[in-house]
Amino acid sequence: MTTPPGSFLELRDLRIHFPTEDGLVKSVDGLSFKLDRGRTLGIVGESGSGKSVTSLGILGLHKGGRARISGEIWLDGEELVTASQDHVRSLRGKKMAMIFQDPLSAMHPYYSVGAQIIEAYRIHHDVSKAVARKHAVDLLGRVGIPQPDKRVDDFPHQFSGGMRQRAMIAMALSCDPELLIADEPTTALDVTVQAQILDLMTDLQREFNSALIIITHDLGVVAELSDDILVMYGGRCVEYGSAEDIFYRPEHPYSWGLLGSMPRLDREPTERLLPIKGTPPSLINVPSGCAFNPRCAFADRTEGRSTSQVPELLETEGGHLVRCHLPRAQRRSIWDNEIKPMLEST
Amino acid sequence: MPGSDPPGHSGRTIVVAFIVRRVIAAVLMLAVVSMATFAIFFLIPRALGQTPEGMASRYVGRDATPEAIQGAVKRLHLDDPLIVQYGRFAKGIVAGQDYSLGPKKAECPAPCFGFSFNNNQPVWPTLLDRLPATLSLALGAAVIWLVTGVGIGVVSALKRGSALDRAAMTVALAGVSLPIYFTGLVSLSVFAYTLGIFPGGGSYTPVTENPVMWFQSLVLPWITLAFLYAALYARLTRAGMLETMGEDYIRTARAKGLKERTVVTKHALRATLTPILTIFGLDLGLLLGGAVLTESTFSIQGVGKLVIDAIRGNDLPVVLGVTLFAAFFIVLANLIVDVLYAVVDPRVRLS
Repeated sequence: MTTPPGSFLELRDLRIHFPTEDGLVKSVDGLSFKLDRGRTLGIVGESGSGKSVTSLGILGLHKGGRARISGEIWLDGEELVTASQDHVRSLRGKKMAMIFQDPLSAMHPYYSVGAQIIEAYRIHHDVSKAVARKHAVDLLGRVGIPQPDKRVDDFPHQFSGGMRQRAMIAMALSCDPELLIADEPTTALDVTVQAQILDLMTDLQREFNSALIIITHDLGVVAELSDDILVMYGGRCVEYGSAEDIFYRPEHPYSWGLLGSMPRLDREPTERLLPIKGTPPSLINVPSGCAFNPRCAFADRTEGRSTSQVPELLETEGGHLVRCHLPRAQRRSIWDNEIKPMLEST
Repeated sequence: MPGSDPPGHSGRTIVVAFIVRRVIAAVLMLAVVSMATFAIFFLIPRALGQTPEGMASRYVGRDATPEAIQGAVKRLHLDDPLIVQYGRFAKGIVAGQDYSLGPKKAECPAPCFGFSFNNNQPVWPTLLDRLPATLSLALGAAVIWLVTGVGIGVVSALKRGSALDRAAMTVALAGVSLPIYFTGLVSLSVFAYTLGIFPGGGSYTPVTENPVMWFQSLVLPWITLAFLYAALYARLTRAGMLETMGEDYIRTARAKGLKERTVVTKHALRATLTPILTIFGLDLGLLLGGAVLTESTFSIQGVGKLVIDAIRGNDLPVVLGVTLFAAFFIVLANLIVDVLYAVVDPRVRLS
């Protein structure tokens, strides 16, 4: 299957493996999804589930390194896994851009904020420094930085955390990217600033009609922004669906766990969160069968298949995909009768 | 708002104030160093039982009569309290001093470090006389080690694990492990005495006399001295570069679509070189006070050779003078590095 897809971005069976001295780390192991312009996809999962590796893989930042990459990444009709490093580099920053978490370490400490935005713009536009500087000031103003003509010469350490993230967004937007990937864009910020940054990103996305991928472990963030949600576990997609599917009709035990461990204002403060027991799987020795089986409270209801077979990602209805051995009816009944009442009990 | 000083007039004032503060601190530092040095050379011997007469006998030579010694004690004021003696010593450095040695007066203009015990020459002109050799050696070697050390370190880091990296790091390990008197003697033996490509030991010629000879005579000392430092700098640069290349802002630079070469030169090297600049300044400052081993091995009549000979000959005023001279360069190097650092790294707070 190497025909270009109809979607703006499509991943087909993407695998990103890293050979290490301890063995092969399968950070991303067969990931497929589609994303259209103007739509937002939320990718959620614990640390080490392969979220960030996927996004860096789309940008081609693993190319030329130790990583072994297979599968297909189609961006606007072009396949990027087999494309030359130089070609992907020319798309980077222009057609696709990334907003990194922790902008203090993601911005160069020795260059002013303006210089870093100017640099990003001038890589892809043959303009004078003065023109690029004006563009940088405009951008800083658009992302809500006061007195942008003065602050443009400040260094990252002179900005507050929220302003740095705004500057980071300005840098990513400098070349009007059609695909924007935000990796934990609000993790390092105060809650009030988080909301501002999220609003800013949705506004800008609407303005540019770009495709947006939000990578986070914070379900609150994806609930606010995403059209679709992809739940990753151990380098694979375990559940995919619309935001409504994931929040109101989740079918994977891991998604149930994520929802249960999310703090909610409508619950009694004394109520304990329901953490997912255990730790994320090693990506070298992935548990046999379903990668989630050691932590799954319902593994004993699969007649032993959870440890012997890798479950397939199957459609339950209307584009809602789930990777689970439990029969669909049983999953629905567990959600309706066991999980949902527990989450809603106060 | 903290740290939001606009650049321009007030920014420049801050820089000037910063430099002035550092210069004052440097001068105070030198004063403290001079006291400590003076104490080491005068207080400790006295605490160990050395008398003013004993000190004076070094000036008047062997077989001196007790009267001659007493005369020297009087003339040199060695029986004054130490604090007064230090005051006179410090005044000599700042304003100069006249000694009345014997019937005639000996003038010693500022900065006066006194006269050598061994040849009665004033210390300061001797030091100045030796400085060009030391400067030639240190600056030439510094250029070589900076270029080769940093260059090899960067390439090694970028090609980590390659045959080139391993070979370079093996040579570098040898470089930091082998002492200069070994590498120096081997290079002399091979390139000077066996192959005859370069002149041997003791061939240093001032650049003003014969630039070609000056250059030829310094090639082996430069390479010997630079080998040690280049090895050190290659290892430092490699480690710094590896660390920097793993930083988030390098990933950001790549994500912008920058060419790898620009990522390395503009983003990675800038951050890697800043701490190396500090070490370089201090190393150079240290060497300007005399590259003792290299100068001794190659018989270069520089400041390092001067102090080694002075120590051997128990020539207290010369040792004292060189110590302060070397301290001056180290403090100066520190000062320059501090100021440069504030220019290079915007995070250094100037207030």
